[in-house]
Amino acid sequence: MASPDRPLSPHLQIYRWQWTMALSILNRATGVALVAGAFGMVWWLLALAGDSAAYDDFAACLGSPLGIVATVGFMACLAFHFFNGIRHLLWDTGWGLDIPTAFRTAMIVIVLSVLSFAALAWLVFGGAA
Amino acid sequence: MKLRHPIATARGIGSAQGGVEHWWAQRWNSVVLIVLTPWFLWFVLASLGADQATVRALLAQPWHAVLMLVFVGMLFWHSMLGLQVVIEDYVHTAWLEWTLHMVNRFVCLLATLAAVVAIGRIAFAA
Repeated sequence: MASPDRPLSPHLQIYRWQWTMALSILNRATGVALVAGAFGMVWWLLALAGDSAAYDDFAACLGSPLGIVATVGFMACLAFHFFNGIRHLLWDTGWGLDIPTAFRTAMIVIVLSVLSFAALAWLVFGGAA
Repeated sequence: MKLRHPIATARGIGSAQGGVEHWWAQRWNSVVLIVLTPWFLWFVLASLGADQATVRALLAQPWHAVLMLVFVGMLFWHSMLGLQVVIEDYVHTAWLEWTLHMVNRFVCLLATLAAVVAIGRIAFAA
């Protein structure tokens, strides 16, 4: 419980934006978004265990425009959080903490996230069409 | 004038001494999730467009039921620890912070148990 009169360290609005900092913020934001996705998964499991009306309701919501937007969003968040999480685990071993490597791994994470998101989107939407 | 040494006012209101367990749990949770997420995506893709009975039959297979249970458990444990840090970082009003900590734990536990009951019902009713 920080007292409000304590001096604060410089925050986001002070620093120039960097890729590494943007990815750090995105890691947290996608993590929070994925919790919402996790509740969606529980809804799916409960509907699956319930009667056919419950499952039809779930399928109708998932197939609605809002459901599709949410699904696409969760897929993008999952792709990013998955690869950036691996990056964090590598940092935890002590590897890659210097700035050039952190920048390089940031670029690798972005490329892998975009590619895997595209592959996932193709499997979900392209395969069915 | 305050005669108390600053360390005396700082003692006892600092770390809850639970940081290491939290840190380790979040790491090994994430390793399990890295392994299980490809399986989960495969499972979802296999269920796409299938009717309810087909998906239930797939989930009722012992290994899929077990993996789904582990996935759900790890996912909500990981979620709970992650949200806890977000609350600690951004919420500085004491009563609100502790309320949110309790809501976070309760909701994650509730979601886990709901998923376990759903998976169990499908696995044991098959």
